[in-house]
Amino acid sequence: MISVFQQHWQELLVGFGNTLLCSVIALFFSLIIGSTFAIFEVLPSRFLHILGRVYIEVFRNIPLLVIGMFFYAVVPQYVVSINGFTAGTIGLTLYTSAFIAETVRAGIQAVDEGQMEGARANGLTFMQAMWQIVLPQAFRYVIPPLGNQFINMVKNSSVLAFVAGFDLMYQGDLIASTTFDTFNTYIAVGILYLIITLPLSYYMRYLEKKMG
Amino acid sequence: MSSFAEAYTWINFRFLLEGLWVTVEVSLVSIILSFIIGSALGIVRYIRAPFISTIVGIIIDLTRNLPLLLLLFFTYFGLPKVGIRMDPLAAAISAMTVFESAMIAEIIRSGIQAVDTGQMEGARACGLTYWQALRVVVLPQALRKMIPPLVSQFISLIKDTSLATIIVLPELLYRAQIIYGQNTRYMIPMFVALAVMYFVVCYALSLVAARLEKTAG
Repeated sequence: MISVFQQHWQELLVGFGNTLLCSVIALFFSLIIGSTFAIFEVLPSRFLHILGRVYIEVFRNIPLLVIGMFFYAVVPQYVVSINGFTAGTIGLTLYTSAFIAETVRAGIQAVDEGQMEGARANGLTFMQAMWQIVLPQAFRYVIPPLGNQFINMVKNSSVLAFVAGFDLMYQGDLIASTTFDTFNTYIAVGILYLIITLPLSYYMRYLEKKMG
Repeated sequence: MSSFAEAYTWINFRFLLEGLWVTVEVSLVSIILSFIIGSALGIVRYIRAPFISTIVGIIIDLTRNLPLLLLLFFTYFGLPKVGIRMDPLAAAISAMTVFESAMIAEIIRSGIQAVDTGQMEGARACGLTYWQALRVVVLPQALRKMIPPLVSQFISLIKDTSLATIIVLPELLYRAQIIYGQNTRYMIPMFVALAVMYFVVCYALSLVAARLEKTAG
């Protein structure tokens, strides 16, 4: 196993970097999209409410792999040519944004209603009250579950291997198929994943304990 | 639009449905196995027995923080190197069970911990043994809290069976790929069919769960 690291550290490093990069990009965009749909759900507009619900239910109930492969196989043929990394990251973003929307919505609803009412009574518009009063408080509640979503995202980014995304899993698979040392290579890849996910997972548990 | 009519022949449709059946089969077996194993591990972790709970905890945390895809690769491509060979079906079920057991153990443990400690103390004070209190007082209350996270975990599991396409398990996604591999015009119709089929199965489960939660709570 150590020899896998010694001989293939460059490929593994590229994969490690791509996995992190893809996860961070997907986190950024899925936070924006997810929060938007979460706000749709608490808005008084019935149309936006239904739109938010449909978006969340659709992306939550279809496998990430199907979404990713759609962007990898279908989109380049009919729309624009994108590479595997982009296709995978778009898929990961859309998929995760549905989960983040649910998390943020729960956070918004956990904020006392009096906060919104008080802000409105002080003359703020609905959107001002949402942005300045409710959301900042909601985000405090949702940091631990969001952290868990990020851990899931790092793990889920392994589907980039299906779409030639040059992530850690893909690189590991490449090494395994050239050296035939599947056993040790996958253990090495596993250790690299754990380096990202394990500390985060313990930190989130610590935060949960501290806040709960 | 004609590509839809061409793609949705009875033969193709039946071929997909057989795949859906494999998906459901693998999911059901994995759900049952991982629920049993996960509950046992979760309880072991909760009771804080010296040594064994720590070991179980470490194994759960390591497994939970790995991608399922990696476990699947390891089971199917890695384990034969040390003499453990499985066919795709057994490998898929094994990898999913190991991964999901760890996820479920964590749900069970945090569900039990969420029950107020006064419940356990009260039950003990009333003369129940530790095990009686756990089984009769704490677990039933915990189970109610666990239903939503357990169901989303089961839905994740159903979706994750699609990963087994890489080890040539003839499930839904694999069969759709075979069909559009013959003719790329079938690609969009196949993705639509995939999305609809997965959606129906997963959404139906979440509806059943919502009902269950109402009646149980």
